[in-house]
Amino acid sequence: MPLPNRHGRFGPYGGQYVPETLMPAIQELESAYHVARRDPTFRRALSISLKAYVGRPTPLYFAKRLSGYLGKGKIYLKREDLCHTGAHKINNTLGQILLAKQMGKSRVIAETGAGQHGVATAAAAAWQGLTCEIYMGTEDMARQALNVTRMTLLGARVIGVDTGSRTLKDAISEAMRDWTANVRNTHYILGSVLGPHPYPMMIRDFQSVIGREAKKEILRIEGRLPDCLIACVGGGSNAIGLFYPFLSDLSVKMIGVEAGGLGVETGKHAARFTTGTTSVGVLHGTKTALLQDENGQILPTHSISAGLDYAAVGPEHSFYRDQKRITYASVTDHEALSAFKLLSKIEGILPALESAHAVAHLVRIAPTLKDGEIVILNLSGRGDKDVDQIARKETSP
Amino acid sequence: MIHSKRPQARTNRIDRTFQQLSTCGRKAFIPYLMAGDPTLARTRQLVLEMEKAGADLIELGVPFSDPVADGPVIARAGERALKQAVSLKAILQLVRDLRQETSIPIILMTYCNPVLALGEGAFFREAESVGVDGVVVPDLPHEEASDFLTLGRTHNVHLIFLIAPTTPLHRARAIAKKATGFIYYVSLTGVTGAKLSGIDATSRRVRALREETHLPVVVGFGISTADEARAVAEVADGIIVGSAIVNRVYDIASHRETADFMQWLKGIKAAV
Repeated sequence: MPLPNRHGRFGPYGGQYVPETLMPAIQELESAYHVARRDPTFRRALSISLKAYVGRPTPLYFAKRLSGYLGKGKIYLKREDLCHTGAHKINNTLGQILLAKQMGKSRVIAETGAGQHGVATAAAAAWQGLTCEIYMGTEDMARQALNVTRMTLLGARVIGVDTGSRTLKDAISEAMRDWTANVRNTHYILGSVLGPHPYPMMIRDFQSVIGREAKKEILRIEGRLPDCLIACVGGGSNAIGLFYPFLSDLSVKMIGVEAGGLGVETGKHAARFTTGTTSVGVLHGTKTALLQDENGQILPTHSISAGLDYAAVGPEHSFYRDQKRITYASVTDHEALSAFKLLSKIEGILPALESAHAVAHLVRIAPTLKDGEIVILNLSGRGDKDVDQIARKETSP
Repeated sequence: MIHSKRPQARTNRIDRTFQQLSTCGRKAFIPYLMAGDPTLARTRQLVLEMEKAGADLIELGVPFSDPVADGPVIARAGERALKQAVSLKAILQLVRDLRQETSIPIILMTYCNPVLALGEGAFFREAESVGVDGVVVPDLPHEEASDFLTLGRTHNVHLIFLIAPTTPLHRARAIAKKATGFIYYVSLTGVTGAKLSGIDATSRRVRALREETHLPVVVGFGISTADEARAVAEVADGIIVGSAIVNRVYDIASHRETADFMQWLKGIKAAV
């Protein structure tokens, strides 16, 4: 049975928990996407754009020196960092911008954490000539200043959000408020597999181009399926994008890597699945696993990586975690930083700090890999945006 | 003959209050307070004084860390309440205390998650036991509401639905069919406390809604002056004033200012 069901449910997760004012827009989006996903004209337009504008297909790159360094496995990197604008996020924003156009919306808004989704939205809006405003927590604006400039240069207006923890969670809340007030002419381009149905399904579909390409390519190169897939999980869009086309290949292990921050025992982290405090709740329109206190208040999170710094995870991840189809782990800021440096030096590739979490987990499990075991790691974005932050960290005592 | 497994909606203080008001040709004035802003003790005092000033029903906000349907005034009030560690449990206790002194209908406005954290069953059981009469859940559209509806019927706590300017007629009909207590018509396309515009459009919608339901239709979001209250009350069965009250309550620093605030409330009451 395909998931989600027609109520947007992945088992007990998902759904549409939004203010009534937004429900008609959500339903409009649902039916527009329902038509678009089957419409050959829409699919062709998207596929041509992904090729010509984004540069797809992205390479599946055999990381020979990294494989040698780790010892046994054969490590392949899915090079989403080579996408136009520097991360997988644009696979989704192109799809949504084409839908927004079809629905006759003249303005798009988005939230952004690390700035990658904001940049990808700004680029897509410029590409289609739509007005674009991006909500970003002021804490994130400080640590991702380069992306703020990029969005501005791409013609978007960046609106700082100074409430709550001033990070991704608050940017989403503010974007939802904007959407509530301007729902008639505005489409909200959500950036991860979060939010009310149809977002988790639609964004998964747009991102699953990653897994389809990876599957085709690994079969061509190796003549067999991989043994293991690894990806970082904030909301979880790059991970589900890679995993989804392999879900029914039961021999393929899948690991999602969450942000362990300063260590899950410190409470300063964004590891929704790997701590004792995880529970199910409703945040930003969807029912899923999230970090909350005993009164149902959402807990502040911490991660060195702004893109993983969020209290909830996509509902589809919650479902496959219960099913034990996907397993989840977490790595600390420190481990992610070491992995960032390792990949940079050994392969000449600066990974985004988000993707560096996946690399760090790979390093950790490397001793358990068997000879010739094939691993595909989703290198979801490039690290240029993080260079400043890392340089500052290195020079501060 | 159709046998419904659903417990039937019963009447409670909300229905009786609207009945009385309608008998004397009057409209309901429903002030909103963020519970626990600045303290629960102060909220308790204010509820009792607002009843004296003419409030017909009381709406108490339950603070939530991520209030997506609220504008800055109520969002900040929620943040202040959360700093006092005000929880849904503590607010239910507040209602229990209030019931020693007043039988004014009390409605809680809470996002889904605090209710889920307590457990839906436990929440409705407790709400009935302490004397809550209705619940408004701004992030629970009717499609997701079946558990809450069943529990609300069982415990005689009305689940009050919102209808927005963007809600098409067929949807409004579906909502009206499920609604209990009253219909909460959102007077603007936006979050709480935004500026009200187009009272004519609101009036038209409210008149149209009356054709679809026998329940009272109450208007909220954006009403901040006696003039606006008067204009809306001409067509609606009641009005809710939220952000304008929360703003004033925050500024009160003395007994004198409390008295001024109550005077202002009386002005709104007189207008409806």
